[in-house]
Amino acid sequence: MREATGPEATAVPESMRRSVEAFLFREARLADEHAYGEWEALWTDDALYWVPAADDTDPMAHMSVIHDNRRRIMTRIKQLETGKRLAQAPPSRLRRMIANVEIAAPVDGADFEVQANFVVYEARESGTRSWAGRVTYRLRPHNGEWLLSYKKVDLVDRPWNLPTLAFLI
Amino acid sequence: MRGQEPNAGCGTWQPSCNLFSVRKWIQPEYPKGCQVDAHHIDALIEPTRVHGSLYTDPEIFAAELETIWYQTWVYVGHESEVPAANDYVRKNIGPQDVIMVRGADGVVRLMLNRCSHRGNKVCTEASGNSGTFQCPYHGWNFRTTGELIGYPYPEGYGGRGQLDLGLAQVSRVDSHEGFMFGSLSPDGPTLTEHLGDAAGELTRLTKLSPTGELDLSTGWLRHSAKANWKFIHENETDGYHPQFVHGSIFSVADSGIGALYSENSTAVTRDLGNGHSENDLRPEFRRLGQPLGWFGTTADRLPDYVAAMQTRHGDATDEILIEGAPHVMIFPNLFVAEISIFVLQPLAVDHTVQHVTAVQFKGAPDINKRMLQQCIGSVGPAGLLLADDSEMYERNQIGVGQRSPEWLDIRRGIDRETTDEHGHLIGGATDETGMRAFWSHYRELMTHA
Ligand code: FES
Ligand SMILES: [Fe+2]
Repeated sequence: MREATGPEATAVPESMRRSVEAFLFREARLADEHAYGEWEALWTDDALYWVPAADDTDPMAHMSVIHDNRRRIMTRIKQLETGKRLAQAPPSRLRRMIANVEIAAPVDGADFEVQANFVVYEARESGTRSWAGRVTYRLRPHNGEWLLSYKKVDLVDRPWNLPTLAFLI
Repeated sequence: MRGQEPNAGCGTWQPSCNLFSVRKWIQPEYPKGCQVDAHHIDALIEPTRVHGSLYTDPEIFAAELETIWYQTWVYVGHESEVPAANDYVRKNIGPQDVIMVRGADGVVRLMLNRCSHRGNKVCTEASGNSGTFQCPYHGWNFRTTGELIGYPYPEGYGGRGQLDLGLAQVSRVDSHEGFMFGSLSPDGPTLTEHLGDAAGELTRLTKLSPTGELDLSTGWLRHSAKANWKFIHENETDGYHPQFVHGSIFSVADSGIGALYSENSTAVTRDLGNGHSENDLRPEFRRLGQPLGWFGTTADRLPDYVAAMQTRHGDATDEILIEGAPHVMIFPNLFVAEISIFVLQPLAVDHTVQHVTAVQFKGAPDINKRMLQQCIGSVGPAGLLLADDSEMYERNQIGVGQRSPEWLDIRRGIDRETTDEHGHLIGGATDETGMRAFWSHYRELMTHA
């Protein structure tokens, strides 16, 4: 078996947990509702949005489904905002659940590392499908709010054929 | 045609003989009384239009598997994916599960992933390194050459070495510039004959490598589309769609791609023969006259790569770097789109997987890094380009399920085609010359016309 990859189970104050979860839920809702501008505003300038295509890959050496730096996140959002990104025109109808949230207390001012399971239902005229997996987020405190510096989405079905994934996962 | 009652007595199209039996190459054999026969197919393909049922009829799909996919040369994998002895990767020829493995003797072989005992999978990992394949069901053991080494409790077979039951080999295997093709038919044209002038396009790609070799080892995305494989094949060198399907990305990212496929572009669409076609963008790149302009950059941004190319190619370097990489569809399943390599895998009449990886040059880390990231941004399920292409194939597939008009038009530019110095038909940048190239070869294979 593979080694477990979760954050070390550390006790974080309950208020902290609530604030982290509120951020995750908001990020999920903005993505579900195609609130592109607000979703993009969650990211830090050094952001990385990554959906690996395989287990144990190096995104600088291997293919990924998505490997967006901040600039490419902007391009992706701008393309969606044209309303003519055909794979999202009309946009998918989406709702996602976030659960099993685990939070690691940061070491020396580094970003908070948070992991959670997710399921997204994606409904389109052509049919409805679900996407599932585990997300790793890195959150950075900024002016009393959180910003997202990293989001890695580990899809459970990535070793096999995937249909088009043009919404914000 | 559509609208007629289907032939009730036809049933599923049955292959009339085994994959590995010797039969006259590409002579289609259709069961008597079946609606899908050479005559039927012939009536569905005209010079300027093709019938919608070619994309929707499961019997035609079954006939295509037998007559095209299990006969002609099909691209399987690249030698660089199995660099060392005993390296293997799982590949495919349509729905056939193929193991590509480099033997201890250095020879790369293609074998079907089917145990010769009772049909189990002998290889279950996507890739790896192993000197043998052991079937999990009853433990039969095979060499990387496909030879049966042994089986448990041999007395049941009268002792060891009594069975001559190796794995099935793909009948013919050949390669060009490391691109390995397989044919499940023992007879037929050679790979060189099949590739014809399309071979030069693969050579042109490898020339861009400072070592003359590609290294396709960054892994593959597997993008599934609910569409017939021919929609994808036709789209690959369709220069008419980019301005519309990719308008959303062209309008927000300043890439020069859009202009290459405008009505004023000097690029041409070329029928390379045998179903192969290309968008030859060199006229535009020559006009630009900028080394690496095809890659949207300049020589000073990639000094190591350019220096290595100069060492290898000397005075010819500028021309090679100006002309850039090809955009060529090699019948029936290999598509090179400059920095990306696509492999089509038909699984059903309305289901196709596009496997895609980045072009990487052996010994060129600086350009490789940029090609990989650019490729990731463009292709696959979330690609800023390919997600939209895929949406179009899927809508086409639904569209041809509607009853009328029964035909799809492929006449664009037919009256302005010319013949180049090699005798190939060329059309304008946005013309449907590539589709007509596909259909004329398809018709030849499917009807032996
Ligand atoms: S099926 Fe493979 S050993 Fe029996
Ligand atoms: Fe396209």
